[in-house]
Parts: sequence; structure tokens; C-alpha cells
Amino acid sequence: MQDNLAERIAADPNYQSLKAKRSRYGWILTIAMLIVYYGYILLIAFDKEMLAARIGDGVMTWGIPLGFGVIIFTIIITGVYVRRANGEFDELSEKVRREALK
Amino acid sequence: MNHNILRKGLLAAALAVPGSAMAADVIQGAEKQATNWTAITMFAAFVLATLYITKWAAAKTKSAADFYTAGGGITGFQNGLAIAGDYMSAASFLGISAAVMISGYDGLIYSIGFLVGWPILTFLMAERLRNLGRFTFADVAAFRFAQTPVRIFAASGTLVVVAFYLIAQMVGAGSLIQLLFGLDYWIAVVIVGALMMIYVLFGGMTATTWVQIIKACLLLGGASFMSFMVMWHYGFSPEAMFADAVRVKAELATAGGKTAEEAAVAGQSIMGPGTFIKDPISAISFGMALMFGTAGLPHILMRFFTVPSAKEARKSVMWATGWIGYFYLLTFIIGFGAITFVLTNPEFLDGSGALVGGSNMAAVHLAQAVGGNVFLGFISAVAFATILAVVAGLTLSGASAVSHDLYATVIKNGNPAPGSELRVSRITTLVLGLVAVVLGIAFKNQNIAFMVSLAFAVAASANFPVLFMSVLWKDCTTKGAVTGGFLGLISSVVLTILSPSVWEATLGNPAGSAPFPYTSPALFSMTLAFLGIWIVSKMDNGARARIDRAGYLAQQVRSETGIGASEASSH
Repeated sequence: MQDNLAERIAADPNYQSLKAKRSRYGWILTIAMLIVYYGYILLIAFDKEMLAARIGDGVMTWGIPLGFGVIIFTIIITGVYVRRANGEFDELSEKVRREALK
Repeated sequence: MNHNILRKGLLAAALAVPGSAMAADVIQGAEKQATNWTAITMFAAFVLATLYITKWAAAKTKSAADFYTAGGGITGFQNGLAIAGDYMSAASFLGISAAVMISGYDGLIYSIGFLVGWPILTFLMAERLRNLGRFTFADVAAFRFAQTPVRIFAASGTLVVVAFYLIAQMVGAGSLIQLLFGLDYWIAVVIVGALMMIYVLFGGMTATTWVQIIKACLLLGGASFMSFMVMWHYGFSPEAMFADAVRVKAELATAGGKTAEEAAVAGQSIMGPGTFIKDPISAISFGMALMFGTAGLPHILMRFFTVPSAKEARKSVMWATGWIGYFYLLTFIIGFGAITFVLTNPEFLDGSGALVGGSNMAAVHLAQAVGGNVFLGFISAVAFATILAVVAGLTLSGASAVSHDLYATVIKNGNPAPGSELRVSRITTLVLGLVAVVLGIAFKNQNIAFMVSLAFAVAASANFPVLFMSVLWKDCTTKGAVTGGFLGLISSVVLTILSPSVWEATLGNPAGSAPFPYTSPALFSMTLAFLGIWIVSKMDNGARARIDRAGYLAQQVRSETGIGASEASSH
């Protein structure tokens, strides 16, 4: 790709908005994932009793729904990002492409 | 008597508790069993089907692009299954369900670590990889840098990861097959090596991907069926299943001579975290190796180049994350099923009261318990197929590093004679196949529990930081990337050797003598790599550094929009 094309795209407001929005969104979700996983790990490291505590009268402990919750959260947060990226962000990206290659 | 058997079973299970945190991902040290014809027949059917696919794929594999990336013609859904297939190794299926059977909740903690890297890969890397790369992750890492040093680094990172991962898989194949099929260790290793070479040599990425997809479907189907049967037995009540498992564990403890009170505690202990996470530093370091290692495994990164667009690349990771997460939920149920169906059944315990074939057989015995001999044969065949598929993917990624990064770009300056790159990758495939077989046999009965963990640590400490900084940090330079990358590579290998899992468990030094006391080096080696890249890049003011920085804008525009990438993918 020629540098002048790159510079032209870089100056396109649609491109700047795409870059800013997507990168912000990506980082927010990344931080959310880091907090959830390392929160879980630190909880295990510092307070095993809390996770081993029973929820009710049965054998079920808080650790089980929490652990399953981390798995479900991981799947959902990935889906949430891909949904927005494949919709809104790709439309913006398509605009940038049309503008750049016309 | 029954109690006696139960007690011995418990002792054996206790002895089999993974000494190192990663032992659950490695199969080894199994004894040979009687020849299992059902399993061998089913495996033969799988091999015939995959050879047929290879023949079809071979007709389509003409250019280097076909060989490395299946011509970029894989859909997001297909690629998602293939990625999941690459990630769900036989060792993780059998090892994690065994870990759950032995220690319950700790097995879940372990598997979660393998899942949480996927969103990070999706949010920060997937799209940019697709937009910048063509065949290998070095295409991305070296995009705006001096090609030779960065490619040499990336090829080293790739080959180190591939080598350790391959050895673990080959040793797993040998042990598993003598266990499941009753064949000799070396026969199993040779079969895996030979079939893998056929897939990769003739069918390239197309065949490797379809082998992986078929295997992923068989594995997910088999695991789903087992979990369904277990849950059905308990009327789909998790509480009933957990309660029964707690009761079994308590009974085993009582039979082992514990008082009623101690036994009740031992039973309930599988419902919460045990000894798996010791100190917070080990916990975080290990978590980092798994999380960021996922985003640095060359055979996984390579899969992003097989889809036609960034949109499909994102769909791939979404599907992969879904399937892998689902799979880990299943292994948890399978592990608990093994407690209640396998540990209570004398049929599955050998003369000394241990699980026949070792604790890694938990899922295999459960297959027999819930589905009879035919299903046992099916699960055994799937386990072998799984190793085969993972080995094929690893070999292809090692071959690409040699032929595309070293031969075509470094030696031939990016202008290899027509057809010669493809020839070199096929020769490399042959060499890697032979090396894998030889190493597989050489490492028989060695303690290799650290190898998968080392592969993840190197991927997280060498490949990931260079990839991340080159794509996202404007001021990164060739010198910085190469220095930091090698710092991460060397420090992660050295610290692993100095850690208890190698220093004590493999080299035989006394317990507690390991100079590096933590489970995983990633926290330290990753930090070192990032610092190395940052400091050296900051101090670098040479002519090359100016070119590196000036190239960032064009790289960024392409990584964000894919403009310019379409030519790369329209093979």
C-alpha cells in the first residue's frame, strides 16, 4: 500500500472514529476479562473457604456456580465483542474502504 | 473385599495426584493392555476417511498458499471447529477429567485457565493478525521491521514451542495407544508420525483442517454423550450428582481408615479449591502463561490466515471459544461421573486396587460404564485421532516457520524460485516427522509433565510480547522486538529448568532445592520481554529505527481496515 493512500485513510474521520471506538471497546472488554479471571484466581489464593462454603443444605458450594460463571462469562464476552465488531465496526470499515478506493 | 478394593483405589488415586500443576495435560507411563479390536477397527475407519479427504485435498494443494492456509477458503464456523480441535488435545480430555476425578474442583480451576486467553486474542489480536499476515505470525511481527532478524526470532519461537508441544503429544500417543489399543509404544509413535506426514505432505492445510474438524466433532459428540448419560442417571440434577460423588469420596476415605468426621471433610473437599493454587505468585504467573500463551501459540495463530476476511476470523474465535468452553464444562461432568461410576466399580480397578491403566483412564472407563464396549472403542479411537490431528497442526506450523520465514524470506530475500518454497516445506515436514518419532521414542518413560507448560510459557513470553508490541506500539523497533523477544524466550526456558517441575521432578534434585520456586516463569519472563522491547526500542535511534517507526502508520491503517490485505488473501 502506498504511503499517500495510508495517509489519506488516516485523515478520514470515519477511520478515526472506527479506530477510536473499536480500540476503546476492545480494551474495556480486555480489562473486564482480566478482572474477572484474576479476581477469581486471587479469590482462590486468598480465600479458599469462601468458595468451599455451601450454598444451602446440600453439598453445592459457591465455587461451582462461580467457576461455571467464569466459563460462561468468557464465552458471552467474546460473543458480545464479535457481534458489535461484525456489525457496527465492519459497516464503518466498509465506509472507509469505499472512501479510500474510489 | 469391596472395601479393601475401594481403599486401595483411593490410595492409588491419591498417589496419582499431579505433582506439577501441568501434569494433567500430559499422558505418560501407562502399561500395555490387551489388544482392543473394536477400538482399532473404529480408528481404522477414521484413518480411511481422513486419507480420502487427504486425497481430495491434495488435488487442491498446488501453491504455497494452498499448503499453508488452504487458499484462505475456510469459513469462520469451520475454522472455529478446527481451532477448538487444535486446542482440545487428548491429554486435555483425559488429563482434565482425571484431575477432576482425583481432586474435584481443582480440575475446573485448571481448565478455566486454558479458556480465558481466547477473549484477549479476539479483542486485541484476531482481526489485526488476519489483516496483516499471510502465512505465519512472523508476517505480522515483521511487517514493518527488518525481515531477517525478526523472522529468525519468530522461527526460533515457533520451533521451540512446536518441539516441546510435539514431544508431549508423541509421548502421550505412545502411552495412550499401548493402553487403549494394546499396541507397542513404538508402533503407536510410528503410526502417528507416518499418518501425520501423509496428511501434511499431500493435503497441507486443507487436509489438516478437515482432519481437525472431524476429530473435533467426534470428540465433542462423544463427550456430550457421556455427560448426558451421567446427568440422566441423576435425573439432570447437578446437586444429586455432586452429592453422590461426595458420598463416594467420603466412603473411600472411611475405607482408608479415616474417622467419620475426617471422611466427611474429605468428601466435601472435592467441592472447593484444594492444593492446586498454592501461593498467589504461582497462581498469577501460571494464569498469565495460559492466558497469553494462547495468543502466542504458532499453530493457533496460523489458523487466522485460513479464513477469507477479518469478519470470518472473528467468527472463528467466537465459535472456538464456545466449543472449548462447552468442552471444559463436559470434562467437569465426566470427571464427577468417573468418581461415581468408575471409582465404585471393582471392574475398573486392577489387582492392586488402582484404576486399570492409571488415573488418566478415568474418561475411558466411564465410556465403558455408560456406553458399553462399542462406545469404549469409539472413545479410544477418538483419543488417538485427537493426538494425530494435533500433531499434524503442529508440524504444519513448524514447517511454515522453516520454509516461509527462514528459507523464502531470510535465505532467498523474499524471492524464492517458483515452487521451491513448497518443496522446502514438504522436506521440512518429513524432517519434523522423523524428529518427532525419534524424540517420541527417546522420551519414553521420561517425566515430561513440564513440556506443555513450557510451550505455553515460551509462547506467552516470546511470541506474544513481540506480536503485541509490533502491532500496537508505534515506537517499537527491530532491535527492541528482537532483543525483548529473545530475552523472553531464553528466560522462560531457563526459569522452567530451574523450577521444581524440571529441577526436582525431572532432574532428580532433592525436593525444595529448585532455585526458582514458582510453578510458571511467565510473570517474570513476560515482564522481562516487555521491558526489553520497551527499553531497547526507546534507546534505539539508528537509521533502521527511523524506518521502523515511519512504517507504523501504514501498518496501522492496514491492521484496522484490511485495505491492502485483500491482495494477500486472494491467492
